[in-house]
Amino acid sequence: MSNTETLPAEIATVPSEERVKKMLLILSKATLENVYAAFILANGARMEGIKAEIFFTFFGLEAITKRKMEKLHVATVGNPAMHIPTLLGGLPGVESLATNMMKKEMEKLDIPTVSEFLDILTASGVKLWACKLAMEMFHLKREELHDELDGILTVGGFYERASGAGTHLLFI
Amino acid sequence: MAKQIAGHTIELNDEGYLTDFSQWTPEVAREIASEEGIATLTDEHWKVLNYLQEAHRNTEAISIRSLGKRGPVSIKEFYALFPDGPLKKASRIAGIPKPASCV
Repeated sequence: MSNTETLPAEIATVPSEERVKKMLLILSKATLENVYAAFILANGARMEGIKAEIFFTFFGLEAITKRKMEKLHVATVGNPAMHIPTLLGGLPGVESLATNMMKKEMEKLDIPTVSEFLDILTASGVKLWACKLAMEMFHLKREELHDELDGILTVGGFYERASGAGTHLLFI
Repeated sequence: MAKQIAGHTIELNDEGYLTDFSQWTPEVAREIASEEGIATLTDEHWKVLNYLQEAHRNTEAISIRSLGKRGPVSIKEFYALFPDGPLKKASRIAGIPKPASCV
């Protein structure tokens, strides 16, 4: 992205009331690549003046579970983009190796760790919600989750947050 | 494109960022700030603007994270000082290029 990029004409002419106002991201997975996708999209939205909220459900809850959040891994099995044989991806240590390599690359790009990223998201005004049903399923208590969580929601409660023109939902 | 700001002809790119920092003055900053909906630049705003200019001069990468770590205000305060897209707004007011960072 260059510093002299300009808005393409078809975007520049869109009235401001028709632009994206709010992003509601649903994070359902705990693999590092998915967690970072959700975090970077939420943070990026706030940097553009767009509201952002993340609903953590199912395995996505691990990203806000205190004892799990810094131990998330990249998926090496069943991930064709790893370009290693699936069998090899399942060998002991391979997932850790790939994860460490990815973490090093991300640090170079100024991408924070999961817990630091959560702090940045909260400071930037991103709202973080845990899914009630998934918490019950995994027997998770509120105190096991990130302190700055905005609350625990049912699916209905989450949809209420989607009110208003210009709101977009994204399932990750 | 050239635009009259604070009585001077200032060169801006299509997104409204200064293309020549030598044309920047505090008066230019105040006028761009008011265009961005910030009526008064307080001492806190100036601390951030000075920090951004300094970081740009030293060709440091500018991001929300680096500002939170090394800057004069917290990320929360930064969002409060420059609402709705703080890094873009503050950079435009500071007269430096639009930050290319995704984080």
